[in-house]
Amino acid sequence: MLNPNDLPAPFSHPEILTGPAQISIQNFNLWYGKAQALHNINLPVLQHAITSFIGPSGCGKSTLLRSINRLNDLIDNISVTGDIKIGERSVYERHLDVTSLRKRIGMVFQKSNPFPMSIYENVCYPLRISGISQRNILDEAVETSLRSAALWDEVKDRLKRSALDLSGGQQQRLCIARAIAGNPEVLLMDEPCSALDPISTAKIEELIAEMRGRFTVVIVTHSMSQASRVSDQTAFFYLGRLIEAGPTKRLFESPHTKATQDYISGRFG
Amino acid sequence: MFGSSKMKSDSQSLSNGAPKPSVLFKTAVRIRSKAHSNATEGVPWIWVCAGALVTILLLIAGMFGIIIAQGISALWPKSVIQLQHDSQTVVGMSMRTEDSENTETGQPESKVLVYQANRDFGMNEFAFVPAAKIGTSDKPAQIWFAERAEWGPFIGRIVSPESAGAADLNAGQVKDLIGSAAVRYKEIKALEKGPLADLNTDIEELRLKKRATERHLELGELSAAEASAKISAIENQLSDLQTKHASVSEKVQTLRAADEAVKATLIAPNGQTKTLPASQLLNAYLPNQLSVPEKIGIFMSRLWSFVSDEPREANTEGGVFPALFGTVAMTLFMTMAVLPVGVMSAVYMREIAQQGTLVSLLRIAVNNLAGVPSIVYGIFGVGFFCYTVGVSVDQLFFQDKLPNPTFGTGGILWASLTLSLLTVPVVIVSTEEALSAVPRSLREASYGCGATRMQTLWNIVLPKAVPGVMTGLILAMARAVGEVAPLLMTGVVKLAPALPVDGHFPFFHLERSFMHLGFHIYDLGFQSRSTELSRPMVFASTSLLVGVVLLLNFVAIKIRSQLRKRFEGRGAF
Ligand SMILES: Nc1ncnc2c1ncn2[C@@H]1O[C@H](COP(=O)(O)OP(=O)(O)OP(=O)(O)O)[C@@H](O)[C@H]1O
Ligand SMILES: [Mg+2]
Repeated sequence: MLNPNDLPAPFSHPEILTGPAQISIQNFNLWYGKAQALHNINLPVLQHAITSFIGPSGCGKSTLLRSINRLNDLIDNISVTGDIKIGERSVYERHLDVTSLRKRIGMVFQKSNPFPMSIYENVCYPLRISGISQRNILDEAVETSLRSAALWDEVKDRLKRSALDLSGGQQQRLCIARAIAGNPEVLLMDEPCSALDPISTAKIEELIAEMRGRFTVVIVTHSMSQASRVSDQTAFFYLGRLIEAGPTKRLFESPHTKATQDYISGRFG
Repeated sequence: MFGSSKMKSDSQSLSNGAPKPSVLFKTAVRIRSKAHSNATEGVPWIWVCAGALVTILLLIAGMFGIIIAQGISALWPKSVIQLQHDSQTVVGMSMRTEDSENTETGQPESKVLVYQANRDFGMNEFAFVPAAKIGTSDKPAQIWFAERAEWGPFIGRIVSPESAGAADLNAGQVKDLIGSAAVRYKEIKALEKGPLADLNTDIEELRLKKRATERHLELGELSAAEASAKISAIENQLSDLQTKHASVSEKVQTLRAADEAVKATLIAPNGQTKTLPASQLLNAYLPNQLSVPEKIGIFMSRLWSFVSDEPREANTEGGVFPALFGTVAMTLFMTMAVLPVGVMSAVYMREIAQQGTLVSLLRIAVNNLAGVPSIVYGIFGVGFFCYTVGVSVDQLFFQDKLPNPTFGTGGILWASLTLSLLTVPVVIVSTEEALSAVPRSLREASYGCGATRMQTLWNIVLPKAVPGVMTGLILAMARAVGEVAPLLMTGVVKLAPALPVDGHFPFFHLERSFMHLGFHIYDLGFQSRSTELSRPMVFASTSLLVGVVLLLNFVAIKIRSQLRKRFEGRGAF
């Protein structure tokens, strides 16, 4: 195990940006009360690519992810310094309308959390809260999102039934459909497969792969193989610090730091 | 008090039946000290806990059992017996046997309590007959039991007035007599409740209009000419209405006279006779000739008239419809008042306010409010609602009726509001619990979609909390239905002249005083001329009150489980 003082300087492989950055995290620090959870994170996230966050439990992956759509605002006693930009705009801008920011960012959580409503209403919730109520628009959005989430064929005959009657894997895909229904630019996924069986996991990985080129996806995962299978870029975090970031292939085949190597070869974590 | 002897014996048999707690306790200690990691560890405790539960269940079942059994027996047609003792004849219904001591000899003796009815025939309504001295006992077939509009029931013979003392009327004749009287009664009531009542309301309205005009004149808001023109117009209408009123009243008078001309003669077992209008007889049957289906039929019809009729004879007879109606109406008004206020306060405390010391203190205060004795709420209700708010309302809007108070006295509105104050802590507490039980993941999902705080609250949190809110509402209703003390001061009466909801505009008369089953029971049981006489009504009313509580709860629970199903999957939207 390493202690914080022996940590190497963060290293970014030069190939990390092969195109424009959708999200750029700059000198970002975050404190829960007095405890610092994120230390000076600098990371660009490539547009329309899939970036995975890996690292041992408690290293701050979820915290960073939730900082991007400011979901951490719901927690008392949070303080941040530094900046996160989506496109050209800062997420932490003073007069920013947080709800419209979140509408541009879809989020999928570790545990599926469908609303206690019908399947149909679940998917069109992001549209409804934006004040859209025309039947044809909603119908279309529901169908496209459910198709993208590979759920349409399974549920098209029971759209009016409760979403809670679906299986765990179906519920998670429903949450993905809900996250993309509002047509966001960015999709954040916090361990979306950790509660699922291998078949559902494979289905969702397929979905994520299909999103390449359409959305900028950031996915937190504990599965090394998942990260290497689905993602274009990978960032490794440890003790609230970014250790190494770069193209997935490079990072897994020739890690620059010893800590990364130890982690991906399963020596700690 | 009534029923207490039976209750006591029940609880005794209970404590004899179950093992003594101390014995169980010792056993428990012994076993525990023998083997700590034994699989049987804690078993005696399980028995103690189960025993406690069973005791409670038996007590509750016993309580309901006694009340409902007594309630049913109050309406069940009993047979009439004829007892011979010491050359006296006692005719009546055997109520129960009581064991007591003879006042002279000090020897224990048992006495049979016989209900003789016939209050207006120079007879005691109840007779105690020493069981040992009963010579013969039989059930005469040709004896009638009749309920009457006045003077209570009658037990004896019914003959026609022309041939007094001659042959009794047969069952068919009595039935015809009562049936045709009921038709005439209906006709009269229809006139009185319909046109006559309408005319009365209109006349009262005009009278108030006239007073308002006079007041405007005094205040100088109207010129003398205008005022007198207005007043004379009103007076014209008034005299018009009064003529109509007179003609309808006359019609009623004629019908009444015709009705009273049809008479029947009653002969009591002691030989006294009385001739009265047939319409005084409400129903009559030959109790000793009834088959079981006939008894059930009579029971059902009595049950129906119990819940649907108005009370008679200082509430000791007849039905309890106004009290039943008042109870349900008051509870519903209370619910309508308490639900929005309670839910909104809880939402504010849990979802909107900054959580801190102040909110915690507030929460403790609300919790403690639930423990304040209800009479305190009653005092507050009468002082604040009736005499402060109500009096101001009268001065502002009902000036013409003064000095008669409209809202400035007890009424169903003030009673409902007082009870909603009493029950609002329950609603707040359970709503808060329900809100805090909404999983964080659901809120995060909603915020993650870009919903505002209010959208999340309205679309996700509140719907999910509805079953919990319903639980609070059920508790609140159960408590409110059973409260009597605060009502005593805020508008409940022994006999209300009119229902708080009727067909006259504005249909809901929230200023009216009302009757309530709880108060009805208290009043019958403790304030009436004879507790013995009102006893059946007390039990019947109590059973009904229990029934009302159960029914209201049942409906609320049904709604809640429906909602639960909706929020926990299964079922369509
Ligand atoms: N609400 C909170 N209040 C205080 N500390 C928190 C809070 N949430 C997280 N932390 C702390 O911040 C650190 C990072 O937590 P985070 O949830 O981001 O880890 P993670 O990398 O997502 O871990 P996992 O892989 O187990 O999900 C942890 O040390 C955690 O204890
Ligand atoms: Mg996490």
